[in-house]
Amino acid sequence: MKTLSIVENAYRATLEEQDDTIVWLHGAMKGAGADLALLLRGNAVNYLVQRQEAGGLAFGDWRQTQPPRIASDLAALAAKGVDICYVAEDVTDRGIARNELINSAQPVARGAVAELLGRYDRVWYW
Amino acid sequence: MPKYLLIESRDPFDSNDTRFCCDLAQQLAAAKNEVTLFLVQNGVLPVRPGARSADLTSLAGAGVRVLADTFSLKERGIDEQRLASGVAAAPLDVVLDALAEGAKVIWH
Amino acid sequence: MADKKTITIAIMDAPYEDARSTTTLRLIDLAAKRGYNINVFAYEGAVLQPFAAQTPHANAVHGRSVEEENHFIPKDAIAALMREAERNGGKIDWVNCGLCVDERGATNAIAGVRRGSPADFWQMAEASDNTLVVATR
Repeated sequence: MKTLSIVENAYRATLEEQDDTIVWLHGAMKGAGADLALLLRGNAVNYLVQRQEAGGLAFGDWRQTQPPRIASDLAALAAKGVDICYVAEDVTDRGIARNELINSAQPVARGAVAELLGRYDRVWYW
Repeated sequence: MPKYLLIESRDPFDSNDTRFCCDLAQQLAAAKNEVTLFLVQNGVLPVRPGARSADLTSLAGAGVRVLADTFSLKERGIDEQRLASGVAAAPLDVVLDALAEGAKVIWH
Repeated sequence: MADKKTITIAIMDAPYEDARSTTTLRLIDLAAKRGYNINVFAYEGAVLQPFAAQTPHANAVHGRSVEEENHFIPKDAIAALMREAERNGGKIDWVNCGLCVDERGATNAIAGVRRGSPADFWQMAEASDNTLVVATR
């Protein structure tokens, strides 16, 4: 069944996990043969910004060497055949320019979300 | 007719994003879907007639069935007989019924 | 049973953090009473819901002993739900995300909980009549 996952929650424990666990989950499910698409909305649209850089954290003498690289993770997901789209107004509202985003994500107007949901057998909200 | 059940667990006093559920419910209803908005947990807080209940009333006017979880109402001391116009109390069974019927059930 | 359904629920919250946990348990209880089969995929903090080392405590502020307090212990509620489902001809298949378990040292779960992966979640969803995701925030 074709499943659309709406992802809203952003930067929750991403530094601890060294990824976004929902994006990661979808990568794992895609690897298991799932037919998936992602719609990023709310603060999660910021995940598409290419210049995110979370490196450099250190706690005492422990240094984080594998910080989250969420835009790259999303681009990799798209390369595996997961359609990625985002709510266009949520990007604009946050003052993000389209040319800051990875290329593989497509905008969807806020008013077209209901129609998008209708194209999928299942809708999950994260 | 495709069926949708949107579960709203957030409330407009705490979260600006309750707008998302209301807008989506309205869009889905306008597109001839059968839509229920089920309020649960703090999601029931705007059902007393008051400053934030008008959105729910207008949603009901737009063809969305607006229900509030009876336990969440009772837990918060909200009288089932005094809900905002267009809102009715209902048990959590509504969610299970929707799942069993194959509706698209979305937790927000 | 002609109307026996299989429902999959994904949960993410650790116990004692959010009302979502008890709402989800209420939903599982209703499904168990109907004799449905219920798959649960516990992701992230939710792997601690059936953590076997949970212990009830007395509550001096309430002025009650351990027995009087009868504190809500999620693993006991889950075990009770498993018994309820079985009594009504259904079953709860509770899958804890294995990597989430490792991160949290939550290996000691109650009987009836198994270790799995996102692939299990996908397969459970595919084999179910419907799936509900109750994400954390």
